[in-house]
Amino acid sequence: MFGSETGVFKTSYAADMALYPLPVARRTMAFLALFFLFAVPLLFSVYAVTILNLVLIAVVGALGLNILVGYTGQVSVGHAAFMSVGAYTAANLIARLHAPFWIAIPAGGGMAALVGAFFGIPSLRIKGLYLAIATLAAQFIIEWTINHVTWISGGVDASIQVSPPVVFGMALETQRQLYFFLLFFAALAVTATLNLVRSRVGRALVAVRDQDIAAEIIGINTFRYKLAAFAISSFYAGVAGVLYTYYLGIANYEQFGISVSIDYLAMIIIGGLGSVLGSIFGAAFITILPEATRLFLKHFGGMFLSHGAILNLIPNIRLILFGSLIIFFLIVEPEGLNRLWRNIRNYFRIWPFTT
Amino acid sequence: MPDVSWRFVSILLANGVLVGSMYALVALGFVLIYKATDAINFAQGEFVMFGGFLAAATADMAGLPWWAGVLAAICGMIALAFCLERVVLRPLLGRPIIAVIMATIGLASVLRGTAVLAFGTGVQSISLPVGSSPFHLGPLVLPPIEIVGAGVSLVFLAAFAWFFLKSRLGVAMRAVADSQQVAMAMGINVRRYFALAWALGGVVSALGGVLWGAMLAVDNQLALVGLKVFPVIILGGLDSILGAVVGGLVVGVAENLSAGFLDPLVGGGTKDFVPFVLMIAVLMVRPEGMFGRRRIERV
Repeated sequence: MFGSETGVFKTSYAADMALYPLPVARRTMAFLALFFLFAVPLLFSVYAVTILNLVLIAVVGALGLNILVGYTGQVSVGHAAFMSVGAYTAANLIARLHAPFWIAIPAGGGMAALVGAFFGIPSLRIKGLYLAIATLAAQFIIEWTINHVTWISGGVDASIQVSPPVVFGMALETQRQLYFFLLFFAALAVTATLNLVRSRVGRALVAVRDQDIAAEIIGINTFRYKLAAFAISSFYAGVAGVLYTYYLGIANYEQFGISVSIDYLAMIIIGGLGSVLGSIFGAAFITILPEATRLFLKHFGGMFLSHGAILNLIPNIRLILFGSLIIFFLIVEPEGLNRLWRNIRNYFRIWPFTT
Repeated sequence: MPDVSWRFVSILLANGVLVGSMYALVALGFVLIYKATDAINFAQGEFVMFGGFLAAATADMAGLPWWAGVLAAICGMIALAFCLERVVLRPLLGRPIIAVIMATIGLASVLRGTAVLAFGTGVQSISLPVGSSPFHLGPLVLPPIEIVGAGVSLVFLAAFAWFFLKSRLGVAMRAVADSQQVAMAMGINVRRYFALAWALGGVVSALGGVLWGAMLAVDNQLALVGLKVFPVIILGGLDSILGAVVGGLVVGVAENLSAGFLDPLVGGGTKDFVPFVLMIAVLMVRPEGMFGRRRIERV
């Protein structure tokens, strides 16, 4: 998997901007594609596939948040609320009009983008901490609205049942079937983000992040790009919300609380701000962490504690571990898992000639 | 409006003012830290919760009188704030704003987990010697704990205002807040004042924890008080003590009026909703708040 290059031979900008700069990258991608398409569904247990499905959904959401926070530098603490907008839009379309997935998913994303752009309007005037608090307000306002307006939330318990997506006449009911569905959208989101960030729009977003006044002076319409970042990010969030609704079979506002917004922020911090690969790492890490804690305590906690005590312990240990990891990464490795991965890769790139 | 009686309105207003001054106390902890160190404490609510737990645990479990609990809460929170400043916040000096926000969010999560592990999941109570029979003041009927809470809050707000305006330490702290470099050049030990600001934040949180804990109850939900701090400080201005007071009163009154008049119309819950709507409006019109300092940005 590790290729070695002997120098830089690029002679055009196109070559420099290519998605796969080296043949080895193309081979790695092919290997990964084969692995996820064939090895995973054939070899993994249903439990593992279920967790992997959650990771795939989180990848879509984390990519969206990273476009906003990592690439554009606009802090948002209301990502989960935008997911819930997508989820309820799609759930209403599916339950009332029997919309197929190829309408429900873009509609959920589009609606979330509209709402996201609206709550992004304050970003014209405020930034940093103030913006974070404004998005926190968005989180509560959206949550309250969905919970209290029965036309949106469908009455009892504010939850709406949805039927599984139908692809080519086949309803995707099991987790294994859903896996391919989610894999497709996760791959689509990764490709779209990779292409977005190396485009004109992506460079404008990075300029806004680095110094928005300077960006405005060199002719970037700051407000438009900030709003665009909010809209794009919320579109991803909306799609992730719809996917999660399909995964659960039900849309419920309790699944999109403030703690989920914080989970997504943790994903991109731990994975690496402003990095596509980092979003994937972070999404996997934060999704698997609670499961890993639970399994670890179940298997090894029994040596010291009773079964009941462990069950009480698990959610709290999880909270502490989660918080400490965020702080640890912020202090020790601010660029996150992506940086660690790059360090390892760079080491092996010229291996065995490293010192 | 069908039957708006003045009695009803005045009860709502009085309640709003009392609760609002208790919000102001919690917001003061936030403002103190922001003013001196430019750090944003998203864990303010958890600080309050922790202070409440400490007081309840000392008084309840160890069987000590109530003032020992308050004292223990204050000492414990000072120690905790010192440690956190040293271990978590100091390495993040000069880093982008999201780093500090996320660090305190992480801190909030750690504190919430630790509180349950250390003090158990049960609901605890703090009993202050204030009695429970309602207090009659003309047409108003007010719970005594709210009056005591408001009184203590106002005393401390006044004390901190004096501290910042007149005392040597307070003036030095304002200098640090204004410009760290100039303060250093004037021979002020900036790091010491950062620690001091966090310690004061700890004291205020401990008091807030005792008062709110006595009024509601001490459990995990106490941390939710911290969420109300954001509308308060945005309304008043992030770096203004007077702003914290006025913002607290406005939020207290607004949420009580909405609970009185809007709740019957939409079926409850507006209390947690109206302050945030108010806040978004303020952010769009006047982001620096009523008394905050406008920051001029240069490239």
